[in-house]
Amino acid sequence: MNLELTAEQRRARDDFRAFVAAEIAPHAGRWDREEALPPALVRRLAERGYLGTVVPKDLGGPGMDMITYGILTEELGRGCSSTRSLLTVHDMVCQAIVRWGSRAQKETLLPRLVSGEIVGAFALSEPGAGSDAKGIATTAEPDGDAYVLTGRKRWITFAQIADLFLVFTQCEGKPTAFLLERDTPGLAIEPIRGLLGTRASMLGEMAIDRCRVPADNLVGRIGFGVSHVVAAALEQGRYSVACGSVGIAQAALDASLSYSRERAQFDKPIFDHQLIRALLTDMIVQVRAARLLCYRAGWMRETGDPLAFAETMAAKYYASTVAARAATDAVQIHGANGCSEAFPVERLFRDAKVMEIIEGSTQIQQMVMPRFEFPDF
Amino acid sequence: MDQTQIKIKEFLSRFFKNHDLKPDEDIFSLGFVNSLLAMQLVAFVEKEFGVRVEDADLDLDNFRSVQAISNLVARKSGAAAPAAS
Repeated sequence: MNLELTAEQRRARDDFRAFVAAEIAPHAGRWDREEALPPALVRRLAERGYLGTVVPKDLGGPGMDMITYGILTEELGRGCSSTRSLLTVHDMVCQAIVRWGSRAQKETLLPRLVSGEIVGAFALSEPGAGSDAKGIATTAEPDGDAYVLTGRKRWITFAQIADLFLVFTQCEGKPTAFLLERDTPGLAIEPIRGLLGTRASMLGEMAIDRCRVPADNLVGRIGFGVSHVVAAALEQGRYSVACGSVGIAQAALDASLSYSRERAQFDKPIFDHQLIRALLTDMIVQVRAARLLCYRAGWMRETGDPLAFAETMAAKYYASTVAARAATDAVQIHGANGCSEAFPVERLFRDAKVMEIIEGSTQIQQMVMPRFEFPDF
Repeated sequence: MDQTQIKIKEFLSRFFKNHDLKPDEDIFSLGFVNSLLAMQLVAFVEKEFGVRVEDADLDLDNFRSVQAISNLVARKSGAAAPAAS
């Protein structure tokens, strides 16, 4: 067993880290307050080759290996969770098309998603349907050589700027996925503001009023929208969120180590107080454990292991709870300063909470994971 | 059963404990098939037999039994599957 990154993966990590330190992290607080990412950022991420990295080379993508992808999302998550969430949802759409899209969808859409010409968004949640994906009420009615989509989608990350939506519907009474373009007549998008965390993720609510889409926009087959299309996209999303959570936890740890060495109380740095050391030790160990779970899930995904689905869920479950705990402890270590937006841990605290909810809440995973057959060690 | 069917049965047996799965037995009627198994089954077929399951293969009848999955594998790999026995 070798748990070391390859030389190429280490170089990539250094590259990602330098980019995030120079172009992402310094602006994350402002983007959070403005509740928006700058349009130029999408172009910049595309220039760097960070969009659609899951698309294999034979389909016009970079075909980044899953460990390197995990490192990329960790480093972005360390600097700005909203930027990480752009990659998360964009890559979920890419993954759904790679996995279950038609040949025409792959040929026409994937290159545009990889280049950043279009931004993808994942439209599953509704006012009345969240964790219970099969409870979606949006409908798709056949109409000649097209389908007519009607319904509402809520909490759709980057709906404010997305060009292409992967929309989940009931078609013939069965869960079914369609691609819906932004300029389709009947589609209206209302921004959602005032969120707790990942505030620059530009969420929106979609009012889908008899939107007519060509039959060619069907992804997969009728009835396989949840079991296969959602499942493939959410596995990608969970992996991205898991690695992004490690990034948040690492950022919380970095900030806590730095602050605790500078901040003096009772005539010594708080770093030298045992109770602070205890908090730091838990953060160090838990971040490392979460990262290892992510690497294992990444490796299993890379090798096509059937159990990757379960392992990815385990990684997301643990890493998101670690992020929430680490960010909470980081605020505690920072005291009153941690409650101020002048210190990044305040944003990390809010962003970390979101990670325990998105891409399958902690409680849903607690319901599901005992049903998996994990290999024995 | 041939080697393909034995491997498929072994994989499915993880989910159908204490049940001796027959080659032509409808796994959907046993009540244990859900979205958690669905993608794992696709990944298993692809990794184990080196074939690619595509959107056109998304048909419940392709995954209904050990025999049906074996037939799918045979079709995807260009070989004929043996009959259930």
